[in-house]
Amino acid sequence: MGRFSKAHSSKTDMSKIVKLKKGFDINMVGKAKQELADFAPAQTFAIKPTDFIGLQRPKVLVNEGDTVKAGTPILIDKALDQVIYAAPVSGKVVEIKRGDRRKLLEVKILADATIIHEQFGQVDIASLDRDALAAKLAASGVWPNIIQRPFGIVANPADTPKSIFISAFDTHPLAPDYAFALEGQGKYLQAGIEALAKLTSGKVHLNVDGSKAVPAVFSDLKGAQVNKFSGPHPAGNVGVQIHHLDPINKGEIAWTVSPTGVVQIGKFILEGIYDASKVIAVTGSELTKAAYVKTYSGASVSTFVKGNLNSGHVRVVSGNVLTGEKISLEGFLGFYHNQITVIPEGDYYEFMGWAKPTTRLSYHRALGLLSFLTPKKEFVLDSNGRGEERAFVQTGVFESVTPMDILPVYLLKAIMAEDFDEIEELGIYEIVEEDLALCEFVDVSKHPVQELVRKGIELIQYS
Amino acid sequence: MKFLRDLLDKQKPLFEKGGKLESLYYAFEAGETFMFSPKHTTGIKGAQVKDAIDLKRMMITVVIAMIPCLLFGIYNTGHQHLLATGGTAGLWENFGDKTWIGVMLVLPIVLVAYTAGGIVEAIFAVVRKHPINEGFLVTGMLIPLVVPATTPLWQVALATVFAVVIAKEVFGGTGMNVLNVAMTARAFLYFAYPAQISGDQVWTYLGDKMPVDGFSGATALSVVYNAGVEGTQSAVDALAGHNTVLGSGLYEFANLFIGWIPGSIGETSTLMALVGALILIGTGVASWKIIVSGFAGAYIMGFVMNLFAVNEYMALPPQYHWVMGGLAFGIVFMATDPVSAAQTETGKWIYGLLIGFLTVIIRVTNPAYPEGIMLAVLFMNVFAPLIDYYVVKANKTRRLQRATV
Repeated sequence: MGRFSKAHSSKTDMSKIVKLKKGFDINMVGKAKQELADFAPAQTFAIKPTDFIGLQRPKVLVNEGDTVKAGTPILIDKALDQVIYAAPVSGKVVEIKRGDRRKLLEVKILADATIIHEQFGQVDIASLDRDALAAKLAASGVWPNIIQRPFGIVANPADTPKSIFISAFDTHPLAPDYAFALEGQGKYLQAGIEALAKLTSGKVHLNVDGSKAVPAVFSDLKGAQVNKFSGPHPAGNVGVQIHHLDPINKGEIAWTVSPTGVVQIGKFILEGIYDASKVIAVTGSELTKAAYVKTYSGASVSTFVKGNLNSGHVRVVSGNVLTGEKISLEGFLGFYHNQITVIPEGDYYEFMGWAKPTTRLSYHRALGLLSFLTPKKEFVLDSNGRGEERAFVQTGVFESVTPMDILPVYLLKAIMAEDFDEIEELGIYEIVEEDLALCEFVDVSKHPVQELVRKGIELIQYS
Repeated sequence: MKFLRDLLDKQKPLFEKGGKLESLYYAFEAGETFMFSPKHTTGIKGAQVKDAIDLKRMMITVVIAMIPCLLFGIYNTGHQHLLATGGTAGLWENFGDKTWIGVMLVLPIVLVAYTAGGIVEAIFAVVRKHPINEGFLVTGMLIPLVVPATTPLWQVALATVFAVVIAKEVFGGTGMNVLNVAMTARAFLYFAYPAQISGDQVWTYLGDKMPVDGFSGATALSVVYNAGVEGTQSAVDALAGHNTVLGSGLYEFANLFIGWIPGSIGETSTLMALVGALILIGTGVASWKIIVSGFAGAYIMGFVMNLFAVNEYMALPPQYHWVMGGLAFGIVFMATDPVSAAQTETGKWIYGLLIGFLTVIIRVTNPAYPEGIMLAVLFMNVFAPLIDYYVVKANKTRRLQRATV
């Protein structure tokens, strides 16, 4: 346990209770109501190779006009060709979109009214050895849900991780509540955990929100060590949890899977299909109706957003506002995203904007920043950059929102200087972008922190 | 405001790439972003929303925190003038005269510091193609507060230019500097023009008037130092008996604390420095760890001196170190400069503590420099990276040990 993390943990049996103090909750207007909205279903779905970090050389296996089923291989990474990236729905491949230098951007599928699945056959975990199970999962479309740490890339089925971590709650702004989104999926979660347990030489960790009662869907699961984490964001980040449970050292590999991913793996085990359906949260201050909707990975968000806006000039974000990606009104949900957020676009000038008292959300309390007086308030946040990039000046702030024994500013400076030894020694193996996303938010000097983290990871990964 | 915005929008193409005045872009940018916070938005990936703070707001918070010291300094400059020349007896008598004298002496120094520094900043920004940095908002105010009101304006200008160039721009601008810029300016004056910044006669503006009979311009620090050398009375008695022609108790503890004493413009009042500290700590802009450990360090070292006292200075009650000289101002506004201070949280404790230690050691044991805070801050600025180095190394070692266990 790091001296800087101000966390203390205690062991009850095997499971751990970790209380974190550092961090910051961003409360926003536009939380999804706990009901399934009757938005018109999405028609088109896309697989975006850019969603899969580390996917180096994508090769498309279909042509425009082909008919596919849910689970039909759409593309592979030539560098890791046993893992297939499959169609989330059945239908017709309508467009293979490429960008500059023929970089593959999107493979779009127009969905059938009724989804037909490729039949892989049920999987009897007990009768398979580890490698055979891994091979089956890799060929089914569910595998890209498994992420390798370090680096945050799609896992290699040939590796055996020291442990597998599942964070059962999301503390990001306006994040979906898994208790609602995964209601009734308990048996799939159970099957998924059993499959994952076979893949690791160590344990499967299921990390739940220690500040609440454990939701029914997670409370009866067996075969995983249940740990409780509480505290402000990023307490729900799996990277933070790993740091406190079983930190990753140089040369070690751990895997992480989101609960949605575990459900997909479980469905493949029990039913022999790649079912990419999921319940996502449609959130944000600019929506008339913020609620949950059932759809599939890669859904076009237009039917959820258009006609549901209460203002004209908006930004649609796939994911949450800390780690997400800006997409267009006709854009597609990212593979790993369980949420879209619609916020006002912030491209306006503001007279004396740096000096005026403001009630806008700030982690700081410098002159005229009043939001600390209303910690419970829900804020409307727009996409304005809030000032220009400057050299690092303020100190101690990044540390205060990073509940890990890591010195973010030193690590980021090492990345800027491309000092490989320093990057490694200061803990690059333990983080991915999302773990320092709050630093990017609170930064007085407005550095692109997450971009730097990825640069640092790539320097080490490809050195 | 629309008119102003339209005007800027019209001129902007001139300064942008390919425009006639392209080379002056950063000068234009500084003016533009001062008037209007920019409209650029967050990128496609990463944080889509940003905290409402920016560097300008942070820096202006520091400037606001210095205003109590500035106002007090202005009035005190006038007060000390009339006191020394026999023009007043009561603190609030001749209020208008005192304020006017203070303004006429202090305001030019502030303007000269901002102008000289601003010009250097702008030249470097244009030539080196980097944005004009907000850090100068703070430096330009700090420099006037740490010089006597009698400092010639050309010296203020020269010291500011020297400090901005040598202490900051040669390292790459704000955020890259090793030394505190304002302290460097003061050290420059101290060593280049000692006659105008040290000695007994520089702290009080006399103008063309004669001081009252028996007047001494000596500061509390030199009174105590002399008491230590002479050894005829205790340091506290020497302070109490000093300059009684100006009314009794000039250098008694309470008056030292409030700050109605001769000294550099902004540093005489410990009380006002503490008001500034409250603003800085309350807004979270400065590290409370450095401030607390700085004061603690001075007290501890003063106390240790008491234990081994061989002269009257060493026997001085430790709390006097808090209120004499510029210790409070230096710890609150100079030591906390985040760029030149230690940057790790553990390092900040060590850094502050050592500044307190060193200040008292220099004051008590060094015959050449009555005040120690300036050299202590500069010295620890140099050592801050070393402190951080070991704190960072400890972090790396914990990570490494974890891997091998």
